[in-house]
Amino acid sequence: MTDAPAVVPPRSRWAWNPFRLARRLPDAGFAYFLLLPAFIFLALFTVKPLIGSLISSTQKRNGDGFTLGNYERLATDEVFLRALGNNLLFSLITVPVSLGLAMLLAVLLHQNVRGRGFLRAGVFAPAILPMVAVAVIWMYFYQPNIGVINSILGAIGLPTPDWLGDPSLVLPSLMVMMIWKEAGFFMLFYLAGLQGIDPELEEASRLEGTGKFRHFWKVSFPLLMPTTLFAAIVALSDSIKMVDFVFVMTQGGPDNASNLLLFYIYKVAFAQHWPQFAAAISLVVVAVLVALALIQIKLMDRKIHYR
Amino acid sequence: MDRILTTSDRIERVLAWVAGLLWIAPLAYVFVRSVIVESPAGSRFGFDNLVNAWGAAPFGQYYLNTTLLVVGITLAQLVFGALAAYAFARFTFPFKNALFAFVLIQLMIFPEVFMSENYRTVAGFGLLDTITGIGLPYVASAFCIFFLRQAFMTVPNELVEAAQVEGSSRLGILWKVFLPAAKPSLIAYALVSVSTQWNNFLWPMIVATSDETRPITVGLVRFLAPETGMDFPKMAAGTVIVIGPLLAAFLIGQRGFINSFLRSGIK
Repeated sequence: MTDAPAVVPPRSRWAWNPFRLARRLPDAGFAYFLLLPAFIFLALFTVKPLIGSLISSTQKRNGDGFTLGNYERLATDEVFLRALGNNLLFSLITVPVSLGLAMLLAVLLHQNVRGRGFLRAGVFAPAILPMVAVAVIWMYFYQPNIGVINSILGAIGLPTPDWLGDPSLVLPSLMVMMIWKEAGFFMLFYLAGLQGIDPELEEASRLEGTGKFRHFWKVSFPLLMPTTLFAAIVALSDSIKMVDFVFVMTQGGPDNASNLLLFYIYKVAFAQHWPQFAAAISLVVVAVLVALALIQIKLMDRKIHYR
Repeated sequence: MDRILTTSDRIERVLAWVAGLLWIAPLAYVFVRSVIVESPAGSRFGFDNLVNAWGAAPFGQYYLNTTLLVVGITLAQLVFGALAAYAFARFTFPFKNALFAFVLIQLMIFPEVFMSENYRTVAGFGLLDTITGIGLPYVASAFCIFFLRQAFMTVPNELVEAAQVEGSSRLGILWKVFLPAAKPSLIAYALVSVSTQWNNFLWPMIVATSDETRPITVGLVRFLAPETGMDFPKMAAGTVIVIGPLLAAFLIGQRGFINSFLRSGIK
């Protein structure tokens, strides 16, 4: 850009009006001026707490003196290890199942079925609801005595377990709820992906007499791979972030069987009043999130540079 | 489509309906349950539960708080995001790549993960239990910057040059060329942001300690919490009060909503 003004504006007492100032900046300076507001807040709520956590996590609980004890404790703290294990299991099951179901739903609702708009909206609806409201809804279903599921099971003479009270059932029960909420959301990603596939490919398969399942497996599925990779990253991050249901339904119990990482950070920081140890756990989670971001950047590389 | 339906087409259609109804059933159940009034004389249809629940907690105030919060955050994200995205999409400057990497690395980081430190920051500003304090950690979004930058990159250079010839300033070009050209992306991002923030719970729960600031999600949990044992009609009514308007808004605008998601390239 070459926009050297013919007349240099005279200095006035309005010179410190930021917009006036911005006009006279060279391009590079102007770009920094544009970045400033966003970067102030990004720094304030991610860089500052990151540094704060690094410092805090090496402090003793009473606040004086350097220690690596908080990190050593990570390896031995049973509740932390339980929450980590639970979260891993929760992520590794809900992500592939949500995406698989999302893909199936997208294929079913991509076709020209009667009432398609209604069905799409219905399947997507759970995705726009607050997680806490979803949690309340599913409490009806899981209540041991008067809950919907056990009423049905009892009526046909099947055992009626305590879904949220049994340590071996609570996490799978929460996973089902999470999948119900997430599948509709990712269905939308896949619908977008399917719209991007040339319909002539399906026509060709049909003329060749290729079965629908085979067509999906050999043509659609590979073409949807970029969507799958991107959705998987989003779903993984959701499975760490969207854990509000723990607060509403189980408080991490019974016996920490449904304790998840973010919930445990909350408990350590605000119930045990131990911000130093909470900071150490935060940093572990951040390390995972940054790794996910790096993978995502790699995946989007082409999109970023060549679009 | 006017070709003849094969057996497998029929099976797919049936499956589509089965799956759709399975997904809708839990929501339908809650709505039905909220309008069934139980009494010793038997169950009947009525809005008593909803009326009672509405009177038992300041849901109107909660709605107002959520609206202020969501509108404030979304506007701030769009303004700050558009400015930063414009810098990345349009200008060259020292450390540009490093600064963009700084944004990208934060795509996955959400403020709650540092809840303890951020609580301290917000407390330091004296903003605990204020709507500003709830919203502040979200006003700059790395995803918004990235997303709008992608949209701005597709703006044809000819449009920019034409505006320069007319003597537009650099901010004028952002306003007159880039923002109109990226309108679908701005709308799509606003929808994503509104629905995300509307549903947010953990951080608002930590910061808000009075009904004057509590958003609807925190209000709902609080409304249900003090009771010992399960009061199903009350739970159903409270839930419907919270999700009813949201679902109504979605269903009215769903075609546009879904299409804008689909077109936005959030995929």
